[in-house]
Amino acid sequence: MAISQMVGASIKRREDPRLVTGTGSYVDDLPQTAIVHMVVVRSTDPHARITGIDTTRAKEADGVIAVFTGKELLSEFGAPLPVTDCFVPTKKYPKHYPLAIDKVRYVGEPVAIVLASSLSAAQDAAERVEVRYESLPPVVDIEKAIEKGAPVLHDEVGSNLSYDVKFAAGDIEAAFREAEVKITQRLIQQRLIPIAVEPRGVVADYRTWARKLTIWSSTQIPHFVKVWAAVILGIPESDVRVVAPEVGGGFGSKIRVYPEEILTALASRRLGRPVKWIEDRGENTKATHHGRSQIWDVEIAAKRDGTVLGIRPTQWLDLGAYCSQFGTFQVLGMLVAQGAYKMKAFDGRAVGVFTNRTPTDAYRGAGRPEATYLIERVMDLVARETGVDPVEVRRKNFVRVEDQPFTTLLGLTYDSGDYRITLDRALQMVDYQGLRREQAEKRKQGKYLGIGLSTYIEICGLGPAVPTQAAVGVSLWGMSVVNVHFTGKATVIIGSSPHGQGHETTYAQVAADVLGIPVEDIDVQHGDTAIGPMGMDTYGSRSTALDGNAVHISAMKVQEKARKIAAHLLEAAEGDVVYEGGKAYVKGTPSKAVTIQEIAVAAFQTSRLPKGMEGGLEATTFFDPTNFVWPFGAHIAVVEIDAETGATRILRYVAVDDCGTRINPMVVDGQLHGGIAQGIGQALFEEAVYDEAGQLRTGSLLDYLVPTAADLPSFELEATITPSPVNPLGTKGIGEAGTIASSPAIINAIVDALAPFGVKDVSMPATPEKVWQLMHRNGGTKR
Amino acid sequence: MIPAAFDYVVPRTLPEAVAELVKRGQEAKVLAGGHSLIPLMKLRLSTPSFLVDIGRISNLNYIREEDGHVAIGALATHHDIEFSDLLKKKLPLLSGAAAQIGDPQVRNRGTIGGAASHADPFGDFPACLLALDAELKVVGPKGERNIAARDFFVDTFTSALEPDEIVREIRIATPPTGSTGTYLKFSRRSQDWAIVAVAAQVTVSGHNVANVAIGLTGMGSRPLRASGVEQALRGKGAHDEDIRAAAERAAEGTDPPQDLNGSPDYRRHLAQVLTRRALEQITAHH
Repeated sequence: MAISQMVGASIKRREDPRLVTGTGSYVDDLPQTAIVHMVVVRSTDPHARITGIDTTRAKEADGVIAVFTGKELLSEFGAPLPVTDCFVPTKKYPKHYPLAIDKVRYVGEPVAIVLASSLSAAQDAAERVEVRYESLPPVVDIEKAIEKGAPVLHDEVGSNLSYDVKFAAGDIEAAFREAEVKITQRLIQQRLIPIAVEPRGVVADYRTWARKLTIWSSTQIPHFVKVWAAVILGIPESDVRVVAPEVGGGFGSKIRVYPEEILTALASRRLGRPVKWIEDRGENTKATHHGRSQIWDVEIAAKRDGTVLGIRPTQWLDLGAYCSQFGTFQVLGMLVAQGAYKMKAFDGRAVGVFTNRTPTDAYRGAGRPEATYLIERVMDLVARETGVDPVEVRRKNFVRVEDQPFTTLLGLTYDSGDYRITLDRALQMVDYQGLRREQAEKRKQGKYLGIGLSTYIEICGLGPAVPTQAAVGVSLWGMSVVNVHFTGKATVIIGSSPHGQGHETTYAQVAADVLGIPVEDIDVQHGDTAIGPMGMDTYGSRSTALDGNAVHISAMKVQEKARKIAAHLLEAAEGDVVYEGGKAYVKGTPSKAVTIQEIAVAAFQTSRLPKGMEGGLEATTFFDPTNFVWPFGAHIAVVEIDAETGATRILRYVAVDDCGTRINPMVVDGQLHGGIAQGIGQALFEEAVYDEAGQLRTGSLLDYLVPTAADLPSFELEATITPSPVNPLGTKGIGEAGTIASSPAIINAIVDALAPFGVKDVSMPATPEKVWQLMHRNGGTKR
Repeated sequence: MIPAAFDYVVPRTLPEAVAELVKRGQEAKVLAGGHSLIPLMKLRLSTPSFLVDIGRISNLNYIREEDGHVAIGALATHHDIEFSDLLKKKLPLLSGAAAQIGDPQVRNRGTIGGAASHADPFGDFPACLLALDAELKVVGPKGERNIAARDFFVDTFTSALEPDEIVREIRIATPPTGSTGTYLKFSRRSQDWAIVAVAAQVTVSGHNVANVAIGLTGMGSRPLRASGVEQALRGKGAHDEDIRAAAERAAEGTDPPQDLNGSPDYRRHLAQVLTRRALEQITAHH
């Protein structure tokens, strides 16, 4: 059987040769003639009125073609930058234009653009743009932002409060009345900078004579950019093409329509020449959105046996200076904060505030890392307070396999999963009981070993159209076109827009299995709005659950047509013909088969087709599943703390993940490796630090510490496979799971190691100094 | 970012290079490996209008032993120093420190002369040169002069070099038998600058410490000697309790900075821990 020959095979990624040899073509590599270089003049003041912009000296500089300010372009913005509902349709937010008009609200906000014949000329001239600021006091603290008398960022909103909404179900008062143990804890989600290896970049080319616009952008969402560029620029959508060429990572940071996509296009339309803007790293740390930046306050009601009765979390979300397009998506964290556990009541409150910092938006996991960090820290806090082992606390509270499909208090339904199995396997892998004995032994020697668990679940595969329309304000589905050519080779077009995920490889595997065409004869195309129908792009670990399955369904449709053509060619009844391994034959006589290549030829030599059948061998699918998908797993970190320096060393990192069917297990492992590394980055290394004056102090990779391979252990990965019942391939998502799971595993391990010092929490990133201080705050006395 | 416009010249000899510096005055900067200067220029934090690239001057890249000294040419790269058999044998402090600088790209391009001239208080070589009582041979319009490491490092990014002088060679007296060293560096990521690092060179004679030198990185605006530790240990037994007591004096007379990576208190503490560990590591071999 050809089926399941390719699905499940760890074939090498076809994307890699061009990437590892440096021949991939990113936006900056595109050949362009007569290009105009754009440099963006950015605010150096976090909060100020613009009292004047003098562009005279910049315009006089060598090579300068034009300089534009926000006021000069305002009449050309047909609409402000888009903002979607994202769980809080009632939120208040201001209009946000690609260039600041009369006020700046964060360091890095675009103020003017300089267009010149060379990049160096544009950069030199940008330094000659004189912006006069009347400084206003900045707001750089979430809680201070909504205090009485705080400076207000947006007069049109009236205060710095965007929303204050409840997500509650069950009788929380009863839960707390019943509680034998009550715990209150503040958890910090520090501000993070996404740091894709390739910063953003755009080339926009408006052809005046044709009135057509092409935008090449390093984006996760070419299809959305097309729609919004058309709306904002007042160009018919049919005249806009957006291409995401090679894109060097996104992690959510390229999920929205950005000012520079609009500004390059506007400038190109004005100048009649292609305009290019490439973000440099210093710009990237300020001008591309940040992630997380939240405070979570939680009250926990539990019983002495470790049963969690209910939780009351408040999420304080720092939106930054504006509401970004998906800026309230992180409120999803509130909806899924119940995690893998049953409880009687949930009383959540989500508050969004504006501060004078770079806007925040989706960052790998987007809401789910926050939810997982919350609930997994809750489990460990309950374990510490009750003295019940953290493993037992989890087992006691788990949703059981017999409860599946399980509906949460807030009404989401999990598709499948036995959470005990991944946990049991992970415990076996680390020899949990042996580790606990070793921990006790080492403590006697003044060595501090810590074991941290994280038994996460994740919502992904966004997602069914009805709930995503209601929640996010956009109907989400998967799209594919499968097109078999005259010679029997095939092209697959997908609606997802990969930027490192390996869709070209895995989706070819999916189509190869259904069609029996060799995988190398199947080309997968993406990231160009001109090649196929609307797609919903790539974010939220959605692609394989949606577009990957759409490929499967389109291929099945093609297979069905191929079988009909074959029946006609074989002069047999349709019902007697089977299709298998790229051939069709009458049941029982596989020696007399017609191949997919012969069928394809007939499909285009339409005189050979059955009467009434249209030519071609092609199918299109818009796939709308019945539910989200819910991957899960158990991660265990084993750390040792250097008692003298506070440094954390990760001795082992074990992960057992269940993402349903694995099309290419090597690609899955790659996603996990990167994801776990990124979550460890948050736990131990990364933090965007602003000073009180509103200046970013971590604006370069010298100060913003992204972990490298040398800073990480070897990950030990295993899998269980519970196919999702909501899509034909049985796939779930895996792009964010590692990040979602790993931060709490690491922090739980550190807190566990520091238990003898009475430490109950350490905020991220757990820097050596912070850990050292926690160990020595009582003069190093142990409890 | 790309640097502001600058002119560039490639002299073939040291006198030519010095002549260019004399001609251009304060506007000129010497370019060697470029791994400190070029990033600053790209950020436009440094905007020299003239670069004198000494990278192609011959006979400046060597590591050899002569007249009881180890002589290292200014253009020897960190990689050359890391892998030099002579240094691994005679000055493991220096080769060991080189292995901990930046990443392979930086080590392949960066030079010891450049690193010394840059006088970064967080650089790794300055504290080593200080602990090893190195001498820097420098060439200027008036000829050659020698500057002792203790006089060379003046302040943050400030050395005793005149603007028209260039480091030609670094000379270190070959340590006697029984003398060895180590560089212990504490940073948050493998390729980062040190939060604190300790360069220790110890001469053990019998069971006694005949001589000891401790250089500190990240404990002030220039590399410092932990003279309190040196006094406490010199001529004493190399026992654990002696070492522990001596190491507690590591932060005496220092003025560590406050930055994102550590507070002054934490740095003082780290200096003590790293000093003790370095001394324990060295004396454990005896």
